[in-house]
Amino acid sequence: MEITSNWYLILSALLFSIGAIGLLIRRNPLVMFMCVELMLNAVNLSFVAFGDRLGDIAGQVSVFFVLVVAAAEVVVGLALVVAISRRRATTTADDLSVLRG
Amino acid sequence: MLQTLLAQQAPIEAIDTPAIDWAILAPLLVMAVGGILMLTFASVLKRLPSSVWSVAAVVISLVTAITVIPLWMRVTDTANSATSTLAGAVAFDGFSLFLTVVIALSVALSAMLADGYLKREGLEGPELFVLLMMSASGGIIMSFANDLIVLFIGLEILSIAVYVLAAMHTRKLQSQEAGIKYFVLGAFSSAFFLYGIAMIYGATGSTNLIDIKNFLSATVLADDALLLAGFALMLVGLAFKVAAVPFHFWTPDVYQGAPSPVVAYMASAVKAAGFAGIIRVFVLTFEQYRTDWQPVIYVLAILTLLTGSFLAIVQTDVKRMLAYSSISHAGFLLVGVQAATDRGVNAVLFYLAVYSFMVIGSFGVLTVAGGVGDNAHTLDDYKGLSKRSPMLAFAMMIFLFSQAGVPLTTGFFAKFGVISAAIDARSFWLAVVAMISAVIAAFLYLKVIVAMFFAGDDDHGHGADAEDAADASEADADDAGHEPIDIPLGAGIAIGVCALVTVVFGIWPGPIDDLAREALPRLVAESSAFLEIGN
Repeated sequence: MEITSNWYLILSALLFSIGAIGLLIRRNPLVMFMCVELMLNAVNLSFVAFGDRLGDIAGQVSVFFVLVVAAAEVVVGLALVVAISRRRATTTADDLSVLRG
Repeated sequence: MLQTLLAQQAPIEAIDTPAIDWAILAPLLVMAVGGILMLTFASVLKRLPSSVWSVAAVVISLVTAITVIPLWMRVTDTANSATSTLAGAVAFDGFSLFLTVVIALSVALSAMLADGYLKREGLEGPELFVLLMMSASGGIIMSFANDLIVLFIGLEILSIAVYVLAAMHTRKLQSQEAGIKYFVLGAFSSAFFLYGIAMIYGATGSTNLIDIKNFLSATVLADDALLLAGFALMLVGLAFKVAAVPFHFWTPDVYQGAPSPVVAYMASAVKAAGFAGIIRVFVLTFEQYRTDWQPVIYVLAILTLLTGSFLAIVQTDVKRMLAYSSISHAGFLLVGVQAATDRGVNAVLFYLAVYSFMVIGSFGVLTVAGGVGDNAHTLDDYKGLSKRSPMLAFAMMIFLFSQAGVPLTTGFFAKFGVISAAIDARSFWLAVVAMISAVIAAFLYLKVIVAMFFAGDDDHGHGADAEDAADASEADADDAGHEPIDIPLGAGIAIGVCALVTVVFGIWPGPIDDLAREALPRLVAESSAFLEIGN
């Protein structure tokens, strides 16, 4: 059986869904960040697969931009987790419940 | 060895680099380079008072707005009108310039508010101003973006700085909680937005908006499922940023927890940048597919209008109330977007411009009235504000009337504009829902005004909210009832400017309306811009 670009697109959709569901159901901020990374990298896979299908280099170039953005994003996220965990011993998303109404 | 290798190599072709019209990029460069320079200077000159950075941020933002003037002349000059540069990645039209000015002025006003805030909270330093300017440069990139990847990068530059800004109050747990909530949901929505870009790229073969539009008008897609999925995912991402229901869950928490000057910036500039993206992508590029996306925006607008105004009423925290009211304003803006006509875009631009002033003014008053710790935001805390500070209460009244859409304020013309655009586009029911929600929301604003002016000193209910127990150190409402409030100079100027704009242009909306109108035709002409690759 030949592996076409559709296979990669299906894989990327699966990875994206795993990331999205993980972000919604996991309570540990670090795992949530990993899920965000999974979502972004699933999109990268889509970009490459589409680029391959279209015979266009732009899809692969987009991946570089996304990688940089993902790195910057996770830096800020981890800094926020560090800032919070300095003030309290455990940090799960359920502990963050001062704001409600 | 190296010589032979070099000799073997085929002559390298010069890479075609796109022509860059640096003048077009001037506003962006002033804002971004200004922010970077400020950070550099701040690391060397550590002992400067915080006000210096505030003044510098205000000056740089105003310079950004001033650099737009010659560009505006150029773009409204018919002979030399809208174009694009950087291989079509950056659009140059009245629309982008208009929103650049809105964003730059939001930064200037928020920086003025932040000065007094940082001193009061003991958080002096240049960081907040630098982040504001970095974020604003992302917003400017979004309003100039003519390529989906550029739009994404602008969105991320805008958002990542705002995640930090929301968590800026390092000693306040609410602020950090707001930061991380905004971060997680923001990153979530960015991923959706990006997936939408990937699908549109897959369906059309380009991320450039001009190419996409040309492709879509030249080709009939046999199977447009990929394209429609792309629409949906991109809309989710942008709806998160502008806080449209059902993607609004972060808004009340983040607005309540984040420092008030930052909220002023978030409610004005971030919303403006988000709508820049929505209008340029949907109204302009996917004009041809409007029958596919208009109904979705229609439903979003109705949900946003009703949820925003109904949930605002039941809040007891004024900051949360204004957060829901900003959601309902997003609903009104969506009403203008839904029309997908020139008139609708014109109305949205006018709305964004005047809304920025009234919302920054409102959160400016909250910044000052919040007291040390930025905590005194329950409705009880606002009882008798007119006695503690008549000026502040009067300014707040103007902003709230304007947000309610009372005639003789800018808010009236803003709401009138979007509703008449909706009627023009034959969306009658949407217009009716918008008017009903305006009436419901008016009740909320009156509730605050009544608390400020007419609540007696005696009936200070000691709100038995458990969450307030943490703020027990906060001055008792009865004591606070007699303490006059000091208004810091910067905040005073910012609130004064906002009030002046709200009233003057509320009586005489012509100038802003004319500018919004001129920002408009270029938006349509922009799609005919040619690519300028190489020379």
